[in-house]
Amino acid sequence: MGSTGLTYHVYDVNHMTPAEIYGQVLTGLGERREDIVALTADLARSTKIGKFGERFPERFFNVGIAEQNMFGIAAGLALAGFTPFVSTFAVFAALRAAEQVRTDICYQNLNCKIIATHSGISFGQAGSTHHCTEDLAVMRSFPNLTVLAPADGYETANAVRACLDRPGPVYIRIGRGFEQTVHPGEDYGFEIGRAVTMRDGADLTVIACGPCVLHAVEAAKALADGQGAGVRVLDMHTIKPLDREAVLAAAAETRRIITVENHSIIGGLGSAVAEVLAESGLPCRLVRLGVPDVFAIVGYTDDLYHLYKIDAAGIEGAAAQLLGVEVQAEADWEDEL
Amino acid sequence: MGLTDSEVAALKRKARQLRRKTIETVVWAGGGHLGGALSQVEIMVLLYYHFLNIDPERPDWADRDRVVLSKGHGGIGYAPLLADRGYFPEKLLEEFNHTGSPFGMHLDRLKVPGVDASTGSLGHGLPMAVGMALGARLKGATWRTYCILGDGECNEGSVWEAAMAAAHFRMGTLTTIIDRNGLCIDGTTEAIMALEPLADKWRAFGWEVATVDGHDFRELAGAIEAARRSTERPAAIIARTIKGKGVDFMEDEAAWHYGGLDSERAALALKSIDRHSDTA
Repeated sequence: MGSTGLTYHVYDVNHMTPAEIYGQVLTGLGERREDIVALTADLARSTKIGKFGERFPERFFNVGIAEQNMFGIAAGLALAGFTPFVSTFAVFAALRAAEQVRTDICYQNLNCKIIATHSGISFGQAGSTHHCTEDLAVMRSFPNLTVLAPADGYETANAVRACLDRPGPVYIRIGRGFEQTVHPGEDYGFEIGRAVTMRDGADLTVIACGPCVLHAVEAAKALADGQGAGVRVLDMHTIKPLDREAVLAAAAETRRIITVENHSIIGGLGSAVAEVLAESGLPCRLVRLGVPDVFAIVGYTDDLYHLYKIDAAGIEGAAAQLLGVEVQAEADWEDEL
Repeated sequence: MGLTDSEVAALKRKARQLRRKTIETVVWAGGGHLGGALSQVEIMVLLYYHFLNIDPERPDWADRDRVVLSKGHGGIGYAPLLADRGYFPEKLLEEFNHTGSPFGMHLDRLKVPGVDASTGSLGHGLPMAVGMALGARLKGATWRTYCILGDGECNEGSVWEAAMAAAHFRMGTLTTIIDRNGLCIDGTTEAIMALEPLADKWRAFGWEVATVDGHDFRELAGAIEAARRSTERPAAIIARTIKGKGVDFMEDEAAWHYGGLDSERAALALKSIDRHSDTA
């Protein structure tokens, strides 16, 4: 058991967004840990970090609309012995203040936790100035930084608690609005760096993160019901350090992998999986689903998920196609090993 | 309570010694940011030999005063000072910039004892210093935080974000000293991107402001003492300095922002430093 102690959730996942759950969990952690301080840049309400601020006003700093300064101040507070939680939209954390995150926080290996909301295309109507389909690519390249993309409210709660026990900087990306849960509760053995097997199967593996995990599970169910396909689904909540063993096992046992993420297909989960596969030398088909190399259009988030084929229908279609592709017979494979 | 004559004399000796050691370190390093390292000497010497509440035996002592050298390229003039203050053996400076050495041009907090923040990219130091000062208040601790900014660095927007925040949060324990040597890499600050009226800018942001001769220990000390009396407002001290101060062929020359020294040039530089110190 980590220093955060026993945890009992008292939030209602059916009515609370992951961001609201984050705000509540953080406030609970603040009751026990006086070293926790919280910072935002005029987004206390939007990111829900303001919940902590209402309970602990003396430990809460709203720095105004100045993200670079915010991450520098957070670094200074960490250097003074505090554990800062910093929240803003993903696009401002990963891009506007990227250098401060890299140099002030990651280079100095500070115990600073960044919880970024409105990631990916979760703020669809706001357009590309407020989308962030690049944060995983950017953050994954910073040494010392742990990068998490929880699937739902339960996993957000787990990630927020777990990051407190993990020394050094952690980046957690969550969405904007309500997200249906995919996990039945909190107690499924969440561990940073360890993928969660949502369903097992031997024909194909869908490796997903964030809200795409739910869509992947739905697609897998449809494929099992429709054509009896065995589709494994991995909730890859930790983008870095990636669970290489889970990827290699999927490659060896299913030979077909689809990655799916609310992020550009460049640099995120798909790229991380591709790197492991390419270096393994294992023969395995890979399809990356995500926002292609474009600035996403404006639209309702559900519509955008459908357009970029990262909803259940998109994943099901890509999987059906990939299941029709022949892969090397098992015997040949074993010979090569 | 000003400095006594003997204190000033001792500080001047330290300044001369630091200038000499900086030249030697640049030779070992194969090059360095000479201009700014020499302009900041009196500021750094005064802090480290007169004002700071520090214990070099315990670099991580929780209640120590904090220093953020936001103009991180001054590192090659900072490391010899830390060595002389006893944070690490001076001998290590001979490896400055060498492959695998703890010392690069911009000092790394995790590798160099006595450094409170890793700096180098401009505009990062003041925000971190604001965080440290906030940390002191939260802890009910008494440490003071000093941040040394380059003047050209004040072109960075994040400096002003932090300036606004320091006044807003009433960071009376924060003192910023601006090494106003008037030069950035490509020319004078006023030609490249004008800063003046610089004092008015800081004042407008809610800071106590003093402008002093940055090579005059008495003037600098008076301004720092005044800053320490301010309980609510952060203080900015604009220290008018000469880039390359002490070495006649480097003084006020933008080209000496960064440079190397062969043995002949180094000897000339040391001679110049001794001559300046004798007449000062």
